[in-house]
Amino acid sequence: MDVSPADLLAGVTATAAPLLLASLGETVTEKAGVINLSLDGTILLGAMTGFAVAATSGSLAAGFLAAAAAGTAVAAVLSLIGTWLGQSQVAVGFTLTLLCRDLAYFLGTPHARQPGPQLLASPVPLLSDLPLLGPALFNQSLPVYLSFAAIPATWYFIYRTRPGLILRAVGENPAACWARGIRPRLVQTAATLAGGALVGLAGAGYSLALKPGWGRPQGCEGIGWIALALVIFGGWHPVRVALGAYLFGFLQISTILLQDLFPSLPTQVFQVAPFPIMIFTLILIHAGRNARGRKQRLLLRLFRGRPPAALGRTYRQA
Amino acid sequence: METLPGNDMIGLEEIHKRFGRVEALAGVSMRIRAGSVHGIVGENGAGKSTLMKILTGFISRTSGTIRFAGREVDLRTPRDADRLGIGMLYQEPLDFPRLSVLDNFMVAAAGHDPGRLRQQLLELSDRFGFSLDPDSAVERLTVGERQQLELLRLIHRRCRVLILDEPTTGISQEQQEILFAALRALRDRGRAIILVSHKLAEVRSLCDRVTVLRQGRVVADQEQPLDEDRLLQAMFGSLPGGQRTVASRETGRPILAMDRVFSGAGRSGLHDVSVSVAENEVVGLAGLDGSGQAVFLRIAGGLLQPDSGSVRLPDRGRADRPAKGRDCRQTVFLPADRLGEGLVPGLSIREHLLLAGDAPFFLAPTTGRTQAEKTIATCNIIGSPSTPADGLSGGNQQRLLLSLIPDRARLILLENPTRGLDVRSASWMWQFLHRRMGDDGAIIFASPDLEEIMARATRIMVFFNGRILLDAPTDRTDLQTVSRAITGRTPEDARLPAA
Amino acid sequence: MKAQQSIENQSPGSRLPLLLIPALALTLVCLLLLVLGLSPLTIGRALASGSVGNWLKFSHVLSVWSPLLLCSCGLLFTFRAGLWNIGIEGQVILGAICCTAVLRLPGGLLPPPAVLTLALLAGGAGGGLWGILAGELRNRGGVNEIFGGLGLNFVGQGLVIWLIFGPWKRAGIASMSGTDLLPPHFWLQSPPGWRVAPVALALAVLTLAASILLLDRTRFGLRLRAAGTSPGAARLFGIEPDRISLQAMFLAGLLAGLAGGLQVTAVYHRLIPAISSGYGYLALLVVMLANYRPLAVPLIALFFACLVTGSIQLPISLQIDSSLAGVIQGACVLSALLVYGLRKEKS
Repeated sequence: MDVSPADLLAGVTATAAPLLLASLGETVTEKAGVINLSLDGTILLGAMTGFAVAATSGSLAAGFLAAAAAGTAVAAVLSLIGTWLGQSQVAVGFTLTLLCRDLAYFLGTPHARQPGPQLLASPVPLLSDLPLLGPALFNQSLPVYLSFAAIPATWYFIYRTRPGLILRAVGENPAACWARGIRPRLVQTAATLAGGALVGLAGAGYSLALKPGWGRPQGCEGIGWIALALVIFGGWHPVRVALGAYLFGFLQISTILLQDLFPSLPTQVFQVAPFPIMIFTLILIHAGRNARGRKQRLLLRLFRGRPPAALGRTYRQA
Repeated sequence: METLPGNDMIGLEEIHKRFGRVEALAGVSMRIRAGSVHGIVGENGAGKSTLMKILTGFISRTSGTIRFAGREVDLRTPRDADRLGIGMLYQEPLDFPRLSVLDNFMVAAAGHDPGRLRQQLLELSDRFGFSLDPDSAVERLTVGERQQLELLRLIHRRCRVLILDEPTTGISQEQQEILFAALRALRDRGRAIILVSHKLAEVRSLCDRVTVLRQGRVVADQEQPLDEDRLLQAMFGSLPGGQRTVASRETGRPILAMDRVFSGAGRSGLHDVSVSVAENEVVGLAGLDGSGQAVFLRIAGGLLQPDSGSVRLPDRGRADRPAKGRDCRQTVFLPADRLGEGLVPGLSIREHLLLAGDAPFFLAPTTGRTQAEKTIATCNIIGSPSTPADGLSGGNQQRLLLSLIPDRARLILLENPTRGLDVRSASWMWQFLHRRMGDDGAIIFASPDLEEIMARATRIMVFFNGRILLDAPTDRTDLQTVSRAITGRTPEDARLPAA
Repeated sequence: MKAQQSIENQSPGSRLPLLLIPALALTLVCLLLLVLGLSPLTIGRALASGSVGNWLKFSHVLSVWSPLLLCSCGLLFTFRAGLWNIGIEGQVILGAICCTAVLRLPGGLLPPPAVLTLALLAGGAGGGLWGILAGELRNRGGVNEIFGGLGLNFVGQGLVIWLIFGPWKRAGIASMSGTDLLPPHFWLQSPPGWRVAPVALALAVLTLAASILLLDRTRFGLRLRAAGTSPGAARLFGIEPDRISLQAMFLAGLLAGLAGGLQVTAVYHRLIPAISSGYGYLALLVVMLANYRPLAVPLIALFFACLVTGSIQLPISLQIDSSLAGVIQGACVLSALLVYGLRKEKS
């Protein structure tokens, strides 16, 4: 099979779009010091809600909104039990992962394998005719454009705005924020809810655009874990996190292409392979970075990043 | 609403603060004037921090009245204090180490205009003779520079009352002079400055007025010129005479030897410490909290590695790895944070004894019960073998820790060992320690209580900013020399006429 | 990333009754069903009859209970050591793979029972190895055990798929239904009228007893608790927390690997892609709901096993998706976390 570089690029950007939204959402949440471990379930719940609402109402916009609302609702539960009641964020997040997954399958049964609306590509006039970049960047569906915009927007928000600064400050040292008259738990709640909304949107990005429809499996299982790993190994920096998402998109696309080269290997292997490869690439980079006494090479320095100092710790107000 | 210099900026009346049964502040009244530097001095635990936390809204008073610029105010949260213009420079910088200088300056600043704020930061920095790079990460700054940044931020916030908690700990002489110049400039512009300090030298050079706190009460109040001897006496109580309960004994072979040890740990680190402690010595470590005693004890206990220098211990030669196995546990360390660092919350007295002793692999609920009951009886612990460590009172936690010291211990390291103990328990503890130490052991303990050190130790070391400023046998020094050393003056300084 | 908090809810502050947990969970689930226009009563009855309706069904419950209990026991060790062993899923898978590998060796040298024993041991070893890998990634590489474990889960899953569709594919065509069936002499047999192998059941019960003994009645259990609760204080007692965590990871992996071996030899009699049945993750929920207390674990595992088994018939009898079981389980744990949180907050 001959694949033009333009198709490859278009495939990568499209595949990575929902993953990007989810991992950028999680980046925002974690920057405020909260771990939302529930991503894998929230994405599924978002996908189901988005598809169900869009199919019932006939409105794609309603579908996306509903998905975002579902993501926010899950985040609100985490915020209540984690941030406000002081339970381990990991425990709550993990429970929510499984609960949301099963809730999605359970509530989605009536919509399984039903036809539904689907977001088609909306080419940008003129620009989509550009060679190479045209199809990749300007002949995509709305979530893909949204994902493009989300990278600089998240970066700008985190590093260039006042709320972004407060967000980072809370993630670093909530006690110091409290001393300066900021309410850390409110900031953390806001960040958790906003991040959750993006994760929910990512779900709809699958069920309404990238892998249209609902079923069990939907095809986006496992993506949440990848998104979580991306945030950590991308060093909590939106641009590096985005690079990771594109790397994963590339892995997914290229394994499809590689199938033709290795006809002896079963297809299923190619579907699963990107997950371990991705996580282990990230882990190796990370372990190399953290290993004691090893000099940091240029490549490793690129991926350097430290977690927000208060990440995962419940802040208890005096 | 402007408060003229000389008028009261803050008025405190009968401030009480209780933590459970403990009364940290027992009716403190004082007035802080605008355009003055007001020193607040006192021993560790005198109530200074509690009072400052009340002024910054971190904790609420139990009773009493606070007036700000003549108006009665209620400080419930730091937000309230911030609105009034009360700002504090904490002992441990309360900032954001990983963010840049400019970001730190901008958090909670009015407006978000990086260009303008950068300009203002540079101007302010210039005006006070600081040199701060707005783009540097705060974690790369020295403690002194972090203070300067925080100070500029508070000035930029138009703080009218500035509280500084031990601001000169861990900063260089040069930085101290820059800081003091800045504080004087602020005073002259009508701000009220509260300086919480241990160090009489800086109090003398900077403060217009000094209040001494002791056990939660105001015990002295002086204006310049200060009578230092009376201040010292107010701070540390009456100078006790010959209450020594320990006789200097013949010292034996060296048991701990440190040679040119440096460490960057803790607030002050440890600078060029070379000491040798021999068998039969009881060494008391004195000094303001965080002057290096804690680091010293942890390095001696093998829990912390020095950055450079050598540490030799009797049982394992070099202290660069934790003790292995139980037989060589000849060095024991009892931390001040008993429940956090020394005991395991949730484990019972019996289980602690089992962990420390030679327990068999299989443990019945009765294993070690008799032993535990015996220990409880001999150590006067109020509890039963099944009482968890977190269910014991502070004093009983200390008894439990003590009972875990193996018979073979040769070097016993203790941090604030009598904190929370009454007089009788303390005296029991010392008897116990002497029995454990035997003829070939040594004890090193840190204590905020000078009387205890003078009474219990054969030798005293005074720490100041990570250095040992005074090292003498307790029977050949006196409380006055020691208190001077704690406040940063060597015996040689004392002979010089006061500047 | 270190997100280490004390895992256990040790000090119950106020006396909010624990009965609130099932009440809250029940209310949530009933509300959900009523909103969907379903009758909680009918569904409850279906779940009950599908799990404890007769011995055949209950023996099926027990066949779910055995591996679930093994995994939960393993997690008790890692939670005690203060670790979040999310990699348990991969440890089950590796156990299943190693077990199958031994059973696929050219036979004839040893009698089948010996081979079976060896295979189960190999399963335990494989799981243990996976556990140690995650532990070493944490201790030496600074990779949080959650992400090291997740990575290893994906590797395990990939490995199973590759084996089933590659080297170990069925005669003829490879498919999602797994490898060829094992010869019956390699099955852990169930008596007629039973759906659980007594050997599996015995193994689970023995493991439970041994785990409780090890956790609460030995020096090892004591040191584990010390290292998990307060690593700093543990060092003063001459304990090396890193070594203890590695031992806990190994034990957890070992038991998970055994569970994987049981899935192969007692339940499916072959290797299938979903060989773990998600019991690793489910066991995490079991132990959380048990509030990390060993004695509550077998009961909660049994309840969860009933839900899993009882829900199998739901799609056929009531046209309801079987994932309802997971919803109920999740609601229980979430309610528990909420109630424990409220108790803490009120204290």
